[in-house]
Formats: sequence, structure tokens, C-alpha cells
Amino acid sequence: MVAVVDTGIAAPPAARPRSAPRTGSLTRWIVLLLVGAYFLIPLYAATAFAVETPGGGVSAGVFAGIPSQQGFADAFGLSLNLAVVTIVITLALMVPTAIYVHLRLPRVQRLFEGITLLPIVIPPVVLIVGVLQVAPGSLKGTPYLLAFEYAVLAMPFAYRSLDSGLRALSLKTLVEASTSLGGGWFTTLFRVLLPNLRSAVLSATILTIALVLGEYTMASLDQYETFPVWMVVFSQDDAHVSVAVSLLSLVVVWLLLLGISLIDRRRGRTTPGES
Amino acid sequence: MTSTDVRATAAATSTPATGGAAVELRDLRRTFGTTRALDGLSLSLAPGELVALLGPSGCGKTTALRALAGMETVDSGEILVDGRDISRVPTRQRDMGMVFQSYSLFPNLSARDNVAFGLRVRGRSGAERTARAGELLDMVGLADQGAKYPHQMSGGQQQRVALARALAIEPRVLLLDEPLSALDAKVRLQLREQIRLLQTQLGTTTLFVTHDQEEALSMADRVGVMRGGQLEQIATPDELYDRPATAFVAEFVGTMNRLPAHVVNGGVRVLGRDVTPVDVGGRGVDARVDVLARPESIGVSAAEHGAGIVTGKTFLGGTTRIAVLLDDDLAVLADRPSGEAAQLGVGAAVDVVVTGTNLLLVDPTAG
Repeated sequence: MVAVVDTGIAAPPAARPRSAPRTGSLTRWIVLLLVGAYFLIPLYAATAFAVETPGGGVSAGVFAGIPSQQGFADAFGLSLNLAVVTIVITLALMVPTAIYVHLRLPRVQRLFEGITLLPIVIPPVVLIVGVLQVAPGSLKGTPYLLAFEYAVLAMPFAYRSLDSGLRALSLKTLVEASTSLGGGWFTTLFRVLLPNLRSAVLSATILTIALVLGEYTMASLDQYETFPVWMVVFSQDDAHVSVAVSLLSLVVVWLLLLGISLIDRRRGRTTPGES
Repeated sequence: MTSTDVRATAAATSTPATGGAAVELRDLRRTFGTTRALDGLSLSLAPGELVALLGPSGCGKTTALRALAGMETVDSGEILVDGRDISRVPTRQRDMGMVFQSYSLFPNLSARDNVAFGLRVRGRSGAERTARAGELLDMVGLADQGAKYPHQMSGGQQQRVALARALAIEPRVLLLDEPLSALDAKVRLQLREQIRLLQTQLGTTTLFVTHDQEEALSMADRVGVMRGGQLEQIATPDELYDRPATAFVAEFVGTMNRLPAHVVNGGVRVLGRDVTPVDVGGRGVDARVDVLARPESIGVSAAEHGAGIVTGKTFLGGTTRIAVLLDDDLAVLADRPSGEAAQLGVGAAVDVVVTGTNLLLVDPTAG
């Protein structure tokens, strides 16, 4: 067997980063504090309102009582179910489409981007009517019809995430390398492209979850009590609990997204061998 | 590792050549809009042969390679491998290993898994894949780098892994699409020796596309020079250099002086002197021609009232390239032994003569 000794040239050591000027550092801190205040002050106000007791005291008991509130479990469960179904529909539609457009139809990329923006400018009621026109009859009486509507709503965000991921890849070369080695479309998609689009897919997933757990208009028009609808309805009875639920949902979504990000980071560090 | 070491290692090994396939491209035509990328290209590769396609950008060389790989369709023509027409066979069924110009390793897989990818697709067992990948990485000198990911490797290492990956599937034909062009000069030189070494040892029929004539001439058994979607000439490197078929080949391969001349009995009169014998190709006496002469066929000597002035010198080791500007603003390059060239300073008046008779005559207007 032929043997050739390693002649690889190591990359030159990176130059040591110079310490940033003090003024730049100060500016960064000011910006960080301002942005932090912009987000945290409303959260603080909401928390203060939620934990306020009629006697002027403070109690966290309102949070402990949320799971037992009437209709909470059903509404939250439905929203989680819809999030999962919406993600499946969105990824199943958008991933192959985005790859195909980048690979085979680069000239229509701009047009396609424009099309994906339409759900933002079209009124929800029009989208609902459109989905009703094409949805299978068996779905029309179920809340899962909402998942199709949400998939349309998620399109602008999901496509942009996937688009940026695809732009960062040498898509054509990777696909050609895979096919030259005997890989079919299935192999190329699942063994080459998706693992390298993991961050983009994750980003699309996170945005879709956030959208589904916060969407009110369509669910309300379709008369299904999803989590946001329940919150609005419940706030008419007890504003304190409603605000507490809003805060809790924010934390739950945040924890969910953090968990997904951590899983992704961990997978990235310990990608298993495949040979 | 020096080239001598590489050759010594090669001589010490005893890998039997697996034997490559015979490839034939017949009258391939491909048009993109109004551009004819392939305009009746015909080319044959003998089993185990390394043929380089050389030409300027847009000459169709990459299109030819991609057509052979199945990544580009052709409008007409046949592609035969071992006598079988594979024009309609999909890329993934052609059994051709390919190394790309840009880094093409799968970023999510380690070097070992990249090499094993083709074997995995073919359903080989895990043990076989691991063994074969290790063997191939050893062949390209990266046995201890198998666990590294592409982003942890240098460009040269990545291209060697790509080469190992292409060879792992025991391809019928190896296709190299300017695999060295993104690398720096030193790595490029080392890698081209490795590629040639492995190709010779394994006996894989190889088509190599490049715009770098030095690469083509140093690596290939035969070099095909392309222009406008057609093969201008295909020949061994020395034949291509010494006996170019056309003015385009002569001027594209190596350095060539183009000197105005006219035909005399049995030869040509160039730079004020008769050079004989020269094949004038049936041209009549006094016919105006351009003489194409290599720098090594030009003599330069100091002369107080010479017709030229030395305008520059480039030391090339044993020889020095001397640039001379003649009275009629004609620039001439001459390669002379460095000892002789040392006698001629920049600004010196010199006489210039054509010393060889192996000249190519072309019409003055020929491109």
C-alpha cells in the first residue's frame, strides 16, 4: 500500500486579539443596560402586579395555583400539540422547498422570498378562508386545522432561518459530492444537508414554537381555546392570575428554547462517529 | 517530505494497480444560451491513464469533466466507459470518484467518516468501512487525523481527505476538478506529487481539469488543450511543448516568442538572418509569416551596435531569462545559461538570433 507522510501545513497561529478601548467597552455596557431595562422593567412591573395581595402584601401563591386553574391544562396542552404539529408541517414543507430553490432555481430566490412574506401582509381572516378552501374535510372540525394556518404564518420566519443556513453552506458542492459517492436524495438530505442545517432548523423550530404559543387572532376566530385565548378569557375573571400566567408562559417558553439550544450545543460537541 | 522521499516511499510499496476503465467521449455538444461550452469534443482515455484538460476560463474543460461525472447533461454525443454508453446513467450510479475545486468535505463528519461515506452508502459493514477508511487515510498521510473535523484541518489536508474519500469507493474513473487551485504554492506542489503517485499505484483512469499548465505538464500522461469547446491538441507533455499543433497551443503552453519573418529557400529569414532547414508548410518564397520560437531557441550576445537592448533579467537557477527590446519595439525573451547571462547587464546593447530550427510557422494574423 502506498504511504505518504503528512505534509499538511498547519494554519498560522491567530493573532492575539487586542484589548478593546475603554470607551468601546463603556458604550457596550450602556447599550446593554438600556436594552436590559427596556425588557426587564415591564417584566418587573408585571411580576409586582401578579404577586401583590389585596392587603398590600406580597405572595407567590398565585403562581402555585396556576396549574389548577380551570381550563389551563387543556389550553396549554392544545397549544403544545399544535406547536409540534405545526413544526412538523412547516419543516416538511419548507426544508425541501428551500433546498430545491437554492439548488435548482437560484434565479427565483428573490421571488420566493417575496412569496414567503405574504402571510405577514395578508389579514388572518383571509388566510383562514384560504386554508379552509384547501384543508381536507376530516380536519375542518378539529383544532388541528389551526396547525395548517400556523404553518402559513410561520413561513416567513422559517424560510428566513433556513435561507441563512443554506447560504452558509456550499450546497451545490456538498450535494454533488454526496451524489458522486453514490448518495441518493434521501441520503444526501438526511446524512449531509440536515446535520449541517441543524442550527437553521432549530432556529425555525424555536420561532415556530414562539409563534404558536403566542398566536391569538386565528385561534380566537376559529373559536378554539388555545393558551393565548384562555389567557385573554381568564384575565376577565382574575387579572392577577392572568398576568401570572403570562409571566409563567414566558418563562416556560424561554426554558423550552434554552433546553433546545443546550441540546443542540451538546450534540454539536459530541457528534457521534458514523463510519 | 521531499519529492524524493515520496518517490522512495512509492518504490518501497507494492500496492497492485487495480486497473482503470477505458473512457471515451464522442462528439459531445453542450450549449448554454448562445455559448457553446462543448462543440463536438471527442476524447479517449486509456485504462490507468491520467489525462489533463488544460485551457483558459470558459474553454469547456470543466463542462467536459462534469458531463463525464453526470453532473451536466449534454445536448448530443456519447460517453462510453469500457464500451458502455453511460450518457443516461445518473451520477450516483456512475462509480466515479471526484475531488472538487472548493472544499467539499461534509462539515458534520470527521475525516474518517467522510472517507467512509461512499462505503456506507454502498451498505458495507462498519468494520469494513473503518478498516478501509483507515487504509485510505494512511495512503494520503493522514492516518492520525481521522477523528478531526474538516474545520480543524488545513486546506491541503482537506483536499487529501477528499482524495481519499474519492478513492475509497474504488472508482472506475477519478475526476479531479482543479483540486489544487485553492491551495498555496508549497502545498500544491506536494499534493500534486501525491496525487500522481497514488494514481500511478492504483492505476485509476483519471481526468484532471486545470488551468495551470505547470500542473498539467508535470502530472499528466497526456495533456489536452481546449479552446472554444473543442480539443485543440492532445499529446504527451513534451510533444505538446516541442511540437505544438497550433499557434494557440504554442502560445498557451509555456512561453513563446512571436517574431515576424518571411520564407526563403528551405527556411525563413527572421531577425535579419536565414534559419534553415525549417518546414515552411508549402508556403512560397517571400511569404510573410510569424515564427513561434521558445525562449531557449533565442541566442543573445553583446554587440556594441546590436539591434536590441536588455531591459530585464530574471534568474531561474541554471538559466536566466533575458528580456530584450528590439529596434522595432519587438519584445523578445531568451533563456540563456546563467553564467552567460551574467555577462549582459540591463541596458546593454545586444544582438538577438534564432538558434533552433524547431520552429512553428503561422500566418501573421493567426490567433
